[in-house]
Amino acid sequence: MSVVEREKLLEVKNLKKHFKVGRNAVLKAVDNVSFDIYKGETLGLVGESGCGKSTTGRTIIRLYDATDGTVKYDGTDVHGKKSTSELKTFNRKMQMIFQDPYASLNPRMTIKDIIAEGIDIHGLAKSSKEREERVYELLETVGLNKSHASRYPHEFSGGQRQRIGIARALAVDPDFIIADEPISALDVSIQAQVVNLMMKLQKERGLTYLFIAHDLSMVKHISDRVGVMYLGNMVELAGSDELYEEPLHPYTQALLSAIPVPDPEIERNRERIAIKGELPSPIDPPSGCRFRTRCQFATDVCASTAPKWQEAREGHWVACHIYDKEVNMGNKQ
Amino acid sequence: MKRILDVKNLNVSFHTFAGEVKAVRGVNIHLDKGESLAVVGESGSGKSVTSKAIMRLLPEKTSEIKEGQILFEGKDLARLSNREMEKIRGSEISMIFQDPMTSLNPTMTIGKQIMEGLRKHQNLSKQEAKERAINLLKLVNIPNPELRVNEYPHQFSGGMRQRVVIAIALACNPKVLIADEPTTALDVTIQAQILDLMRDLQEKTGTAIILITHDLGVVANLSQRVAVMYGGTIVETGTTDEVFYNPKHPYTWGLLASMPKLDAKDKELLAIPGTPPNLLKPPVGCPFAARCPHAMQVCTDHMPDATELSSTHQAACWLLDERAPKVEPPEAAVVGGAR
Repeated sequence: MSVVEREKLLEVKNLKKHFKVGRNAVLKAVDNVSFDIYKGETLGLVGESGCGKSTTGRTIIRLYDATDGTVKYDGTDVHGKKSTSELKTFNRKMQMIFQDPYASLNPRMTIKDIIAEGIDIHGLAKSSKEREERVYELLETVGLNKSHASRYPHEFSGGQRQRIGIARALAVDPDFIIADEPISALDVSIQAQVVNLMMKLQKERGLTYLFIAHDLSMVKHISDRVGVMYLGNMVELAGSDELYEEPLHPYTQALLSAIPVPDPEIERNRERIAIKGELPSPIDPPSGCRFRTRCQFATDVCASTAPKWQEAREGHWVACHIYDKEVNMGNKQ
Repeated sequence: MKRILDVKNLNVSFHTFAGEVKAVRGVNIHLDKGESLAVVGESGSGKSVTSKAIMRLLPEKTSEIKEGQILFEGKDLARLSNREMEKIRGSEISMIFQDPMTSLNPTMTIGKQIMEGLRKHQNLSKQEAKERAINLLKLVNIPNPELRVNEYPHQFSGGMRQRVVIAIALACNPKVLIADEPTTALDVTIQAQILDLMRDLQEKTGTAIILITHDLGVVANLSQRVAVMYGGTIVETGTTDEVFYNPKHPYTWGLLASMPKLDAKDKELLAIPGTPPNLLKPPVGCPFAARCPHAMQVCTDHMPDATELSSTHQAACWLLDERAPKVEPPEAAVVGGAR
């Protein structure tokens, strides 16, 4: 897809989500994050636990109210005031797939009722027969069959449950799906099944995905572009091949070099960029660049000013002083 | 090399309301002094049960070692009394668990938890044990060990807790260390730190490691030998190079092919269709037959024996029989290309 014909589906601008913890402390889970998602693409969001990637996803879909900033879906503000009916039409367009297929399905409902819940709320089926047919169709789309409809969640394996979660998300015919770690609870061979299914559905239905995960190799596989988050900030965003081949931010470089590769020869001869120390607390993050306490290139500038979110190359965004034109760090790599 | 652990024809069953679950069926593994063996497989493949059987940590009421021997320096651990086993567990063989959040006692200081094993097995005085504890914390790279030793688990991050768990496991200089998914609950950068630490410590102490994991990347990083488990049996075993570069079992192919490669261009992942067998009614034949793209009639009827491919490499598959058709592994399962 060329740059010209790409149409923005989602615009996230300076998004902030702060949580109050205790009397005077504020946890800045997401702080000033901006990115766009284009129609029909998959944007991957990676980072370690506590970096705010899930909070970003949940704030976009309005499960959390944003503290500041805007999320525009197809031009309309997600967090603006909406009447119940406006909210309803909006909710139909955006759906979510959750991480834990064991906790995200109500154990007391049959699969049919779980999948049809959205259909019922939005009145998408005129008769119970139509409702049933839609459910059967959805089950088949995700690789299950009719006979599964009257069963309960406990009768299914993890991979099958995740398929049910996908069928539920598809039930209202959404355009945009946020998948929050959809495969991390699954076995390797089952992960591949679910990822293949998601890619197939995207092709068939023109879906747009926000794919949140910590498994970098899987994210690279499914995504067109990937954003890397660290401690509530987005530090780098680029096309997935470019990001993996030429990471610019020191954190991305370290993160990529930490992934163990299933190849003994490579593993034996690999030099890792070690990240020293531990993740600082998001309640009292470091001044300036948040990664500076663990960064091997950190200088005084990094402590005093937060790096700008800048386009270092075409379509390759990074927040790091190394790529500032004005500031000369002396250690260009 | 000296063999320290030899598991022969291990069979473990669980008694449930639904009937007998045959979780481990005829597993043979061995471990030499100072080497590291990885046991890989999906959930339900029996890898954790095997390790718990070696440690004799299986629930006594509901499970049973039906058959087989677990020879540790000539003693059969499967037949030891609980009293005798207590002397070995934590001192000669110790274990690292998956979740550092739940494997530490939140109401005890870190120091006390490290000292517990030392005091029990080595009859150290309180003072001596505390000194050892501080040294152990230093060994696993915890900053300010003199202060940290008096702190509680909640004051440590996930990665540091796992370091503490490793310190506890190594306290009595065990001959065998069983690490059950030691890095699964951790982030990649922390995982890299812990793997480095484990490799480093193995060089220093000469402890033999059994690494239980589902992550082939971790295996390639840490182990010299690999055993691939599926449906309660070992389907392939060999040196890490043999299993990664010359895999012979279709399940191993499937595992290797279903992992996305960082350097590969977008290809569809080769998923293994279907789900693992139900071990309440384990299949008579090869456990992988139902999901295997190359399955023949004989596969569903008879369990294949392990075929010797080299002195270290074995695979249990009918395709290796001389009468079977020649099948090449799928392209996606080829690791590292030319070799």
